[in-house]
Amino acid sequence: MSEQTLKRVDLIFGEYSNEKYKVLATTLERTNEDILKDILESGLRGRGGAGFPTAMKWKFTAETPGDEKYVVCNADEGEPGTFKDREILLRVPRKVFSGMAICGRVIGAKKGLMYLRGEYKFMVPELMKELDSYHEHVKQLGFDFTIEIRMGSGAYICGEESALFESMEGGRGEPRNKPPYPTTSGFMKKPTVINNVETFVNVLMIMRLGPDQYKKLGTTDSRGSKVFSVSGDTPIPGIYELELGMSLDRFVDEFGDGDTKAVQVGGASGFCVPRKKFKDTVIGFEGVPTGGSMMIFNSSRSMYNVLHNYLEFFEEESCGQCTPCRVGCQQLLKGIVAVKKGEKKAVYLDQLMKLSESMKITAKCGLGQSVANSFSSIVNNFKEEMIY
Amino acid sequence: MTDCKSLIQELADKYGRERASLLPILQGVVEKNNYLSDSCMTDIAKELDLSAAQVYGTATFYSFLDTEPRGEHVIRVCKTITCDMHGKKTIIQTLEDMLKIKVGETTPNKKFTLLETNCLGWCHEGPAMLINDTPYSGLTTEKVHDIISEFIKK
Repeated sequence: MSEQTLKRVDLIFGEYSNEKYKVLATTLERTNEDILKDILESGLRGRGGAGFPTAMKWKFTAETPGDEKYVVCNADEGEPGTFKDREILLRVPRKVFSGMAICGRVIGAKKGLMYLRGEYKFMVPELMKELDSYHEHVKQLGFDFTIEIRMGSGAYICGEESALFESMEGGRGEPRNKPPYPTTSGFMKKPTVINNVETFVNVLMIMRLGPDQYKKLGTTDSRGSKVFSVSGDTPIPGIYELELGMSLDRFVDEFGDGDTKAVQVGGASGFCVPRKKFKDTVIGFEGVPTGGSMMIFNSSRSMYNVLHNYLEFFEEESCGQCTPCRVGCQQLLKGIVAVKKGEKKAVYLDQLMKLSESMKITAKCGLGQSVANSFSSIVNNFKEEMIY
Repeated sequence: MTDCKSLIQELADKYGRERASLLPILQGVVEKNNYLSDSCMTDIAKELDLSAAQVYGTATFYSFLDTEPRGEHVIRVCKTITCDMHGKKTIIQTLEDMLKIKVGETTPNKKFTLLETNCLGWCHEGPAMLINDTPYSGLTTEKVHDIISEFIKK
């Protein structure tokens, strides 16, 4: 383990303010412009993985005319290797609800919805208890913003924002065409802000600390801290809150088992980084972005098996709506099996690579588009393992 | 098993009769009856004034909304990468041996159904499984023995 340890941060999981919902109360005394200015200043980008600037999302939705608007908290955390939202909701739910309420005030929404994945149903009783207390407090503050919890039922694709709306509207979780974006047409076709659980907590922390203090963490492109879900071949798996912008080799020094061969950054839909590239890889929006999933593989692991597992996952979780993704996932899986068995020559991998590139430009949503990330990064870096 | 018609009435009174009420109603039926029968889905369609195809189409999209009969305790073992790396196969084997069924099957006494599922979000403590809504992580053969023995006794 390296002597120079990574900077641990205690922002997201840090203690609550002494008084319940105090930061929310003081924030509600400020003007919307003022709040937005602070979020913009802080450089906060969405924590679900895509990294869209939060202030812009809120601003666009606030500017869209309409009496009925919604705030949606995306708690459909389903990316393999990610479990940080569960931890946030178990440990600091109050911060999440406060962040949603601030958003409601800024965009002019009266209603917030949290879409929680079915796998996390066991948390509902605790969340409801906190929610009751939240509603009591906002009532006292004379602020009209209620929050409701909606459950998913075991579909990864519902983490895609427009699929999530479809699901909450009672349909199949099939992504919509974009544009229109949620800022103009989201839940019930109304202007909607949809953010990840962690993003809402970050907003609250910016309100508490002020943008200047917040900006001290991270780099120019990746402000603040990030909650990482660390799993795989590591002696210390778990949840860690770290500053953004660290290099992957420092991460591996701290979390690897001394024999790390590759790290999957950003889950199955992210990138697989081989050992030789650890040094030049930065974790953050300027390098390899991540929703927090960091899966570590040591040299005992077959990268063929890893890729096979991912492709099975995508094949099952593809909603089947668009052809590139539905057929593409099946063919990629069949293809690597055929190459491994020797039924197809090694050059067939190049064909598969082209297929994954086509999926990237033709698939309707992020699921089909991002299969190429792990596919090409594993096949390119571990070609021998795919063939022999 | 609760009578479907009265259960649907009760759920529709609670969640409403809008299209957006469909998912909570389907979830409510599965919670009580362990699965959605064809007649039950038709009844839901009538209650919400939807076509049976719309209800069926929605239900079959979601892996947790079973449309085949399931046991009282549905066991879903995570098969995604980190759980797989940390011994998911042994866990499945143990469960199959104990329950004398294969993945996808239900015990003859309708007490257990064994299934595999995608990432449950317990990657740092894999292998993991859900029994109905309760997660169990850090599984070993012994631990699975203890957990399942408890359920068998119930």
